Amino acid sequence: MTMIFGIPIQALLGQLLVGLINGSFYAMLSLGLAIIFGLLRVINFAHGAQYMLGAFVGYLLLAHLGIGYWPALILAPLIVGLFGMVVEKLALSRLYDVDPLYGLLFTFGLALVLEGAFRYFFGVSGQSYTPPPQLSGGTNLGFMFLPNYRGWVVVASLVICLGTWLLIEKTKLGAYLRAATENPTLVQAFGVNVPLLLTLTYGIGSALAGLAGIMAAPVYQVSPLMGSNLIIVVFAVVVVGGMGSILGAIVTGYMLGLAEGLTKVFYPEASNIVIFVIMAIVLLVRPAGLFGKDA
Amino acid sequence: MTDNRAKPLLSVRDLHAWYGESHALHGVSLDVAEGETVTLLGRNGVGKTTTLRAIMGIIRKRKGAIAFDGRDLMQMPLHRTAHAGLGFVPEERGIFATLSVDENLLLPPIVSPGGMGVEEIFDLFPNLKERRNSQGTKLSGGEQQMLAIARMLRTGVKLLLLDEPTEGLAPVIVERIGEVLATLKARGMTILLVEQNFRFASRIADRFYLMEHGRIATEFPAAELEERMEVLHEVIGV
Amino acid sequence: MTDLTTTGIERQTRMRAEWLLVGAGIALLVAAPFFLYPVFLMKMLCFALFAAAFNLLLGYTGLLSFGHAAFFGGAAYFTAHAVKEWGWTPELGVLLGVAGAAVLGLIVGFFAIRRQGIYFAMITLALAQMFYFFCLQAPFTRGEDGIQGVPRGHLFGLIDLNVPLNMYYFVLAGFLIGVFAVWRIVHSPFGMILKSIRENENRAISLGYSVARYKLAAFVMSATLAGLAGAMKTLVFQFATLTDVTWQMSGEVILMTLLGGIGTMLGPIVGAGLVVAFQNYLATSAFPVTVITGAIFMICVLLFRRGIVGELLARFSRGEAGGAR
Repeated sequence: MTMIFGIPIQALLGQLLVGLINGSFYAMLSLGLAIIFGLLRVINFAHGAQYMLGAFVGYLLLAHLGIGYWPALILAPLIVGLFGMVVEKLALSRLYDVDPLYGLLFTFGLALVLEGAFRYFFGVSGQSYTPPPQLSGGTNLGFMFLPNYRGWVVVASLVICLGTWLLIEKTKLGAYLRAATENPTLVQAFGVNVPLLLTLTYGIGSALAGLAGIMAAPVYQVSPLMGSNLIIVVFAVVVVGGMGSILGAIVTGYMLGLAEGLTKVFYPEASNIVIFVIMAIVLLVRPAGLFGKDA
Repeated sequence: MTDNRAKPLLSVRDLHAWYGESHALHGVSLDVAEGETVTLLGRNGVGKTTTLRAIMGIIRKRKGAIAFDGRDLMQMPLHRTAHAGLGFVPEERGIFATLSVDENLLLPPIVSPGGMGVEEIFDLFPNLKERRNSQGTKLSGGEQQMLAIARMLRTGVKLLLLDEPTEGLAPVIVERIGEVLATLKARGMTILLVEQNFRFASRIADRFYLMEHGRIATEFPAAELEERMEVLHEVIGV
Repeated sequence: MTDLTTTGIERQTRMRAEWLLVGAGIALLVAAPFFLYPVFLMKMLCFALFAAAFNLLLGYTGLLSFGHAAFFGGAAYFTAHAVKEWGWTPELGVLLGVAGAAVLGLIVGFFAIRRQGIYFAMITLALAQMFYFFCLQAPFTRGEDGIQGVPRGHLFGLIDLNVPLNMYYFVLAGFLIGVFAVWRIVHSPFGMILKSIRENENRAISLGYSVARYKLAAFVMSATLAGLAGAMKTLVFQFATLTDVTWQMSGEVILMTLLGGIGTMLGPIVGAGLVVAFQNYLATSAFPVTVITGAIFMICVLLFRRGIVGELLARFSRGEAGGAR
């Protein structure tokens, strides 16, 4: 058996794959957080709950309506996104004039309500969600065995992240978004419906969380608590990346996922704190974050 | 002056405006007729910029009446004002740093037909064409001002609210902006201009309002500018 | 504004009224265990001190820490370990817990003050979560079980804290000392500088204050007092568990402060009392407490950001100002 630093290469590659999968979700979630924060100046604490919501929508669609993975891949983000838009319209839009900390506190409360409600109805134990038949099984790559669904998650999340990045950098909607991030009043004075843009943006960010959730459903267990611990890690990812850059959020997500995977191989005891340690180091060396612009 | 004019395009009556608790406008009334260029003069801090921002609806704490093209602007949300036909060029120019020149130019939505085409705009501002792919804030101050004006021309607005377009610019650029405004005027654009440099303003303005303490102090036609020069110098202190 | 219109005599009478209120409050607390269940009261006092300590940071320095559970729960572990494993007396155990919380506060604060506003909140949350994982894995905390059966022991080796009233007055004393410390800090020149940082950080910097150092000092003081609350709670309940270091606990203390009134002396105490009371009330029902907690959060943020005490104070002073005119 081939060994690297005394570790069998299969184990190393296996953990790197796990890291890459986790990184895919970190990237998608921190991307959504960065988009929302950029325009709304709100840290969306409910992002983890919306991720959980996406997974549950997929699970419930399958369990009660027999709607499978592929339609759910469209429906779950759509439903979570619409839910987000209602939340923005009814509540968050009233908080733009006050300290941004209130946005954080409101979404924290929302996360508690969502998680509490799902716990009440579904309990804490996870439900499993079988991957679609097209993606079941695995492929032998010669050097390792790759479960097909995991390969799909890595590829799909890359496409989603790049697609979102292109949407923001290359389209008219993206130009409105970037301009409104800089100077919302002027963009509105030009005749752009900025309040609607804010609603849409929160909807898109929430939908991204929901999409990550339905994609995660076959990988992890669908449980009411799946989002709450994840969101704190994603916050650390966001602190490391700095929220100034969309691309920065994506790259940092994958990097930290891989770092976590590597730690599992070499020093498993530290694997669930390694991202926090990296955050602390980055704060010492580059307080603005790796891709941050502000001082 | 008011007698031979038809119904004004913009009519402001007894406009008050507040920044938080501080009362900045104390009853401004003014008219701008279609195709006319009107200049607001006055010392720093008398409320010229505030007047423009209150007309546009950027300042929401306001009272009085603003009618534009037969429509009431007071109740209109900010993003509807542009669609009524008002274009705003802010004092700080407001060029977006994360957008290219092209994106800056194409950002404001078209509000009515009859605006200029992109090629036409580039004929008017050839140096913007050369830099269309560079980041907005890599432009010089003069180019930024040109871009700030240029991006309103595509949209088909009827009235331009221009806040100190020559501030801090070299004489040769000021000259160029004067030419551009003269061209716009010849094409029938209505302009409400805030300007400290009244030598510049005198070349294009039909009429002047002098503001003091958040009110209009006097109004006079361009023909009377020469004879009022001394008084104006004293009042405005430039 | 009201200060300008009230005369010296009026102010003096109001001061006297305030002291009377404080005296009455203390008298009530002294008498309370004869009417209410002491453990319930002690829980309230511990959380009230925790919230008051937290408010020192949020209300008077403008820093939102989302990781205060680390200091509260950390101190609980230190005290429990010292008392149970080393056989220390309760007062020494509490002192160790408090000192441990101060050190933790110094470490977390050192990193967190490098960023402002929303980032500060996220960093404190992340570091507290890191501490949570530490507690989950470190041997001395006994993982999921926690440290159980912590003896209350004899205060100074003399007073038996297993007697409920003795324990109660020990906690009451700790609570009063802690709240008095908060009051002293807020009303000291140091507290004035904290408030000016809260109002306008850049101005404080331009006035020549080394803002970072003041923030760190406030952070450590707040963590220390939160530690006092956590250490006492361990002795009351005789255990220290992971619950006290979770992010949910950090959220709870924010809720208590927000509900009572951020930046008011009495607010966090009232808020803590209410939250502990409704948690006790709901403990027997099947209804999930987090749903209520979350809903109160949302309602507070949307409808009354000043909190109960803040809202009452605002109404009171408005009425007074209206009467004076």
